[in-house]
Amino acid sequence: MKLEKEEVKRLAELARFELSEEEAAEFSHQLSEVLAYTGQVREAPVEGEKPAIHLLSLTNVLRDDEVKPSLPREEALANAPHREEGFFRVPKILEES
Amino acid sequence: MNYETVIGLEVHVELKTEAKVFCGCAARFGAEPNTHVCPGCLGMPGVLPVLNKKAVEFCIKAGLALQCRIAPFSMFDRKQYFYPDLPQAYQISQGDLPLCTGGGLKIVTPGGEEKIIRLNRIHLEEEAGRTYHSGAGATGYSLLDFNRSGLPLIEIVTEPDLRSPAEAKIFLEKLQEILRYIEVSDCKMEEGSFRCDANISVRPAGSQEFGRRMEIKNLNSFKAIQSALTYEANRLGSLLAAGTPPEQEESRGWDETRGMTFFMRPKEKATDYRYFPDPDLPPLVIAEEWVEEIRAGLPELPEEKKARYMEEYGLSAQDADLLGSSRETAEFFEATLRLYSGEVKTVANWVMGEFARLLNLEKLTPIQSKLEPEALAAMLQMIDAGEISGKIAKTVFEEMFYSGKPPREIVAEKGLAQISDESQLVVLVREILAQHPGPVADYRAGKTKALGFLVGQVMKETKGQANPGLVNKLLREELEKLP
Repeated sequence: MKLEKEEVKRLAELARFELSEEEAAEFSHQLSEVLAYTGQVREAPVEGEKPAIHLLSLTNVLRDDEVKPSLPREEALANAPHREEGFFRVPKILEES
Repeated sequence: MNYETVIGLEVHVELKTEAKVFCGCAARFGAEPNTHVCPGCLGMPGVLPVLNKKAVEFCIKAGLALQCRIAPFSMFDRKQYFYPDLPQAYQISQGDLPLCTGGGLKIVTPGGEEKIIRLNRIHLEEEAGRTYHSGAGATGYSLLDFNRSGLPLIEIVTEPDLRSPAEAKIFLEKLQEILRYIEVSDCKMEEGSFRCDANISVRPAGSQEFGRRMEIKNLNSFKAIQSALTYEANRLGSLLAAGTPPEQEESRGWDETRGMTFFMRPKEKATDYRYFPDPDLPPLVIAEEWVEEIRAGLPELPEEKKARYMEEYGLSAQDADLLGSSRETAEFFEATLRLYSGEVKTVANWVMGEFARLLNLEKLTPIQSKLEPEALAAMLQMIDAGEISGKIAKTVFEEMFYSGKPPREIVAEKGLAQISDESQLVVLVREILAQHPGPVADYRAGKTKALGFLVGQVMKETKGQANPGLVNKLLREELEKLP
């Protein structure tokens, strides 16, 4: 199984990674190997098996609609590099226009 | 050439649970920023989301009220996109296995035609935080409040069955009415708990293929929805007419001040969100019994209620609509009816008239007002028994509305009881006749209209408390007796 360089670039774009041409080529090679390895699972005999939709065999893990205490605001903001009047402050989000 | 507009809507509705959908923080609007947050809804590493049962029930409730099929098996997926108000960089949503599928809602088009708007699906997901933009130009920055992050949200997706901006507005009003009725959301557009994105395309009338579609984001008032869709339908129509149909699907914004839509970005393909099953959340298996239990708890829906009002009470379609559109109003009306033995129409008129006027004036809902159905029923009985006049009743009603006191107490305190004592009134009637020789002469000369003036004088003198029927009778008798 092969992951083409163009596909790697597209994935990088979606993940907001900047890749050089060399890196794209390198990852294309490495990821293709990973895919080839994991791709072996496709050869497993699954005739007559039900498709696994989810990893867990659990269902319906639910909580009651009850309010629990939240974090004190000081703690919530403790790791924020920048804050302002109780808000997290981040670089300007580009408004597309 | 004639063009046809095709519209489909994606409506986001915040559910009014006590706690958020995947953590125990309070789901409340308007708190100080970042005071209802925890490691879960802040997207910190290592936390485990656990689904709020009430949110599932509310979603099923909405599905049942909108005739959807409730999926016996559904699942949560991660929808990946980057925006700072989405702290995990993915939103927990439902991809190809949503909780509710199909369904539909009947509307009456502006042309008076009944039409079913089909639904594609309703799924449950989490809300993002809120971003506020501050400063301008290069010095600008954004502020984030995560109180809203993790609120339970349902997304209701319609099929492209709407054919005009007016139909879209009617559909949304109807949807809002139902969701409020079943009490799953406040549906307040101004607070963002009911908002919509619209997909719109235009094609030559009679064509079977859809035109290229535009998505208009974040329409948050009924006015914005209608104006934005009307603008966009005209824009797309002009492009088609000029032979230059749009080249790509776009996400567009709505500029309220300029009254136009604007290009935001080319529309991302659904696969760009890279949905995959959320390994933290086990699937939902909904047993038939659970669905039936929820169905049994559904109230009578507005359509059924209005039909019953017309059939059972003989009310006009318009009255049935006014009384049945809000659940609180309907419940107030019905509670009063149960306590009052007179005409249904009398109750209807007070509820639609004085009550609605004062509620409107004070911006209150029936439950928020101090007036109880018991008080209104008691007051109507006092009118019927001749204890107060209809005119005085308005004063009593207003006092009941503001103070919540029972009508009898108000009448006693303010001395508003109707004067039906003949001996007391006859003295007054004679005085009035003596004071107004002109009208008296008119009446005797055959101008019977003059009687109205004389009744008015007696009513004025008694501040409206005299029994008008009795005044009328006494005046006639006394006028006959004059030499």
